[in-house]
Amino acid sequence: MPKSKSAYSVPTKKQKSDTYIFVVWVDNEAGVLARVVGLFSGRGYNIESLAVAEVDAIKNISRITIVTTGTPQVIEQIRLQLTKLVPVHKVAEFKREDKNVIFKEMALFKVVGKKSKIEKCLNTCKKFNPVILDETKSSAVIQITALRREIDIMNKKLKPLGLVSTSRTGAVAMTRGAQIFN
Amino acid sequence: MPKLYTGAEIVFKCLEDQKVEHIFGYPGGAVLPIYDELKNHPSIKHILVRHEQGAGHAAEGYARSSGKPGVVLVTSGPGATNVVTALTDAYMDSVPLVCISGQVPTHLIGTDAFQECDTTGITRPCTKHNWLIKDINDLSNVMHEAFRVATTGRPGPVLVDIPKDIQFAKAKYKNLKIEKKLNGKLQNKFSKNDIDELIKLINKARKPVIYSGGGVINSGPKASEALRELASLTGFPITSTLQGLGAFPGDDNQFLGMLGMHGTYEANNAMHDCDLLINIGARFDDRITGKIDEFSPKSKKVHIDIDPSSINKIIKVDLAIVGDVSSVLNRINKTIVKSKNGNGKSNKSNIAKWWEQIEKWRKKDSLNFINSDETIKPQHAVQRLYELTKNKDTYVTTEVGQHQMWAAQHYKFNKPNRWMTSGGLGTMGYGLPAAVGVQIAHPEKLVVDIAGEASVLMTMQEMSTAIQYNLPIKIFILNNQYMGMVRQWQELLHEKNYSESYSEALPDFMKMAEAYGCKGIKAVNPLDLDEKIQEMIDYDGPVIFDCHVDPNENCFPMIPSGKPHNQMILGPNDQEENKIKGKGKALV
Repeated sequence: MPKSKSAYSVPTKKQKSDTYIFVVWVDNEAGVLARVVGLFSGRGYNIESLAVAEVDAIKNISRITIVTTGTPQVIEQIRLQLTKLVPVHKVAEFKREDKNVIFKEMALFKVVGKKSKIEKCLNTCKKFNPVILDETKSSAVIQITALRREIDIMNKKLKPLGLVSTSRTGAVAMTRGAQIFN
Repeated sequence: MPKLYTGAEIVFKCLEDQKVEHIFGYPGGAVLPIYDELKNHPSIKHILVRHEQGAGHAAEGYARSSGKPGVVLVTSGPGATNVVTALTDAYMDSVPLVCISGQVPTHLIGTDAFQECDTTGITRPCTKHNWLIKDINDLSNVMHEAFRVATTGRPGPVLVDIPKDIQFAKAKYKNLKIEKKLNGKLQNKFSKNDIDELIKLINKARKPVIYSGGGVINSGPKASEALRELASLTGFPITSTLQGLGAFPGDDNQFLGMLGMHGTYEANNAMHDCDLLINIGARFDDRITGKIDEFSPKSKKVHIDIDPSSINKIIKVDLAIVGDVSSVLNRINKTIVKSKNGNGKSNKSNIAKWWEQIEKWRKKDSLNFINSDETIKPQHAVQRLYELTKNKDTYVTTEVGQHQMWAAQHYKFNKPNRWMTSGGLGTMGYGLPAAVGVQIAHPEKLVVDIAGEASVLMTMQEMSTAIQYNLPIKIFILNNQYMGMVRQWQELLHEKNYSESYSEALPDFMKMAEAYGCKGIKAVNPLDLDEKIQEMIDYDGPVIFDCHVDPNENCFPMIPSGKPHNQMILGPNDQEENKIKGKGKALV
């Protein structure tokens, strides 16, 4: 081992990282998103995707869904650190492989080309409930909802068919069945 | 119709309701309405500092020595940015601070107005929480909430940013509501099972060690009493972090001294070889653990802490008890006493062998140093200071560096809240303003800042504050003309390339003392040292003590970076011995 010249210890064994989805219920107030996101950047956690909107206008509650990766130790820290924030009410986390949880993202594709190409696009997206939101003689905006990697694949497949612009949301999550998270 | 109050009046009504007696601050354009209101509230005394960082550290010293939250009042822009270092320091060391900052009027926010800055944005990562008041009707609730957040759970700093127009605006005052439980942020939810589990571990242990930290101090004097009771019930050896010093008597035989990078040989070896490690209110800081993979490899680990996010953050533990140290320890003690009355069995005999081993380590006398009668050794200076002040209930603050470690090693604290130092952030320049705050909280007590000449120059301007308020603080400077700890690292790790660590053109501290209007004392000769220290103690007023010490002295023992606890570098006596041994071997 080379001699360390640092006053700090050197990093040693690394654990395996997994992808997790965090759902955070927060007071919908100024700066709350900055607090949550700042915690991630400040402590070196990463954010793969983020979705946030108010879900209860009366109680003034917003729901933030964050996709992140980390070792089990880091994931536990993220949960505990989030819980400490004053405007945070509760925190839930799910492994991406969790069968009891539904994850969905939405994407909008703008395709420019002849009718036939647009038809082909729709056909390619068939599995993901494509909806045409706008149509002209030479273009269409198609909406699909799917998993992240499915949208990645569609994005690739539609490129040669005239896809010129993609807009997509972060993942949102909901548990299956009658149970809710408390 | 109920009476309407201005924002400035509401601020003071809240401070009065919170029983605040002192605020540390510096006026400026955006807080003038609050300063205007000050005269109507004689129960609150304002301490005018010379720099906002000084206000923050003074409030920290006040809070750490009294157990009450420190209150800081600064203006917008530079006032707020100057206090950021102190807020971060308080955040790292869990010190309750409430900082009130002025802000430009609401309609100018976001326009790059004069002395505007995004205060809540800048202080978000260094406070437990902060608020920007946009509606005068929120002010009284937020002020009370600010005190609650700062002082409950794991304490820490908070900031309330109040635009100038809000300070003029009028609203009803809402009284302090009696504790409503909020968000489940108050953590005290350990169970009987946890306690029983711990008792089992305690009974089984053959090589136990208690490792206590700043959490014991933060939990109040009762927690220190409970810690002492636990130690006497179990007979376990106990070591402490830098921040935990004083929770357990430093001169007690059960105390192994401080642990960690500059901890004692016996404390670090006990940590490494133990079979039960009980962490009480400490956070496995990297200065404590050394190499994580080889940290205390054979032990069951127990962690008692009020902050759930401290658990398993660095070191995986076998048993976690989340709760206030004081209440957890009391439960443990009660359970032990009860079970002892039941079967009368004590495990003190189980650990007799362990104590024998510890005594062997102790014989190394790892804090030793080669004294001199020509130059003052810094360790000797701290030892003499201790001997001459130990009967006076002295409060000690420090700056950051070698002198800080020597103070921690050689000054023995017997009571909590007597030791104020910047541990987590390691802020040079902490000690002098902290001493100001301590003296405000304890006007009759002896307050000494054990300082280094480089650190103390960072906040030297606060001597004026000490003079203004007749605060008889003693600034005891171990002057070695180097940034000593930097020099030490350069000597040991960077081939003695002393890059920029020599303090060229130091001021004459005697003349400086004279310029500020306080007493200056200079000591160069070890033979005069006692007499001069006594002169400092006896002088009724602030003193700058320029103690010229050996510039080449290093701070030992020391765990080099990336090494576990049992691979320490010991002091020169020991190194000498080893050298001779090596040569001796070659001759044979």
